[in-house]
Amino acid sequence: MIDESLKGELQKQGIWVTSMQELYNWGRKNSIWPLQFGLACCAIEMIATAASRYDLARFGGEVFRPSPRQADLMIVAGTVTKKMAPQIVRLYNQMPDPKYVISMGACAISGGPFKQGYNVLKGIDRYIPVDVYIPGCPPRPEALLHAFMELQRKIDGQKLSGASQAEFLKENTPSEYPVPAFGAHDLEPPANLDVFHPPAIERA
Amino acid sequence: MESIEEMKARAEQAISGARLEIVPNPGPAGQPSLLLDHEHAFAVANFLRADPALRLDYCSNVTGVDWLDRTVKKKVKVKKLVDGVEKEIEETQEEFFPGYLEAVYHVYSIEHKHGPVVVRLRTRDRAEGAPLPSLTPVWRSAEFQEREIYDLYGIHFEGHPDLRRILMWDEFTDFPMRKDYREPDDYEYEPTPHDEVLEKAKQHYAPRPAEDGAEHLAAD
Repeated sequence: MIDESLKGELQKQGIWVTSMQELYNWGRKNSIWPLQFGLACCAIEMIATAASRYDLARFGGEVFRPSPRQADLMIVAGTVTKKMAPQIVRLYNQMPDPKYVISMGACAISGGPFKQGYNVLKGIDRYIPVDVYIPGCPPRPEALLHAFMELQRKIDGQKLSGASQAEFLKENTPSEYPVPAFGAHDLEPPANLDVFHPPAIERA
Repeated sequence: MESIEEMKARAEQAISGARLEIVPNPGPAGQPSLLLDHEHAFAVANFLRADPALRLDYCSNVTGVDWLDRTVKKKVKVKKLVDGVEKEIEETQEEFFPGYLEAVYHVYSIEHKHGPVVVRLRTRDRAEGAPLPSLTPVWRSAEFQEREIYDLYGIHFEGHPDLRRILMWDEFTDFPMRKDYREPDDYEYEPTPHDEVLEKAKQHYAPRPAEDGAEHLAAD
């Protein structure tokens, strides 16, 4: 690794030095292709974010792909019903690594106003790992842009080698998660405990 | 539009044997509704649709209601002999109404620009799969809504062209809008549980046999 002060000094002299990791992450973070799908009213805010006024293209995220095979980012924008959850997990499984998930809005985080309803999943993080959560009902486009920039920061900080290597590069990290099945009363299983770790219930 | 009483009289005249009932509405809307009997529901619905004065050709909404068993207490003044003297005494009488499931149809006429007329169908009891005649053959727009009622209340619409679940998945066995529905126990950590949520939380506390007593100790 090159010394930061030396790198700055060289840059002043017109010599640009970089590392493979920096170049790789710089390319990845400025060209995040989201998967094109929406679930509820949050999707309208996502569309507004992608359109001219908020212009997600400024951050390199305007290429919404209609196929999970070409997407880097899944924006879970809206209420995930229990009937829809297996399809979301399947889409996530079909995305190539490295892949990221933004959980957009109260419903995608926790079920929101529909929590404790019979048909709504209490957060998509029960089945797939989530990188950025945005609260709001629905979150404003600025909030989605903020989440996008947070994700860019995360990608920028991912190491290609060493002990703190990025999770997706490790061999034993799964890139697919089991798709829940439709049960008689609820989804089976109701949460994937390899991914989801709720806090312990304490006595009030 | 003619009154619901006239409607009932004409329908009963047109269809022999039809037993219609007017369900009053004591609420602020004050809109009475027509209760159809199972045997003649299709014929009466067809009459409402085809009759030139009514032409109720548009079914805008179908909904389900779950009515539990209920007892109504009434205070009635009764004349009785008390110690040989006739006196008026207030007595409370209890009247029992068995529960049933109900489908409510709101129909309008596009041609005459009138409506709604509220049409009701009631099952005999609250049993699962209690039958009702389907009105989808009369009003096509009732198809999905009757499927929804079947999905959420478990009313079986006889004569429906495609009766299966519409919102929940096919493997689902419960009827979640019925009042006796109990959701699966999926309580998770809440930061500030209170009221009903606190009651749920209490059921998930780790056992404390040392403090709560020996009955919670596992038998060795």
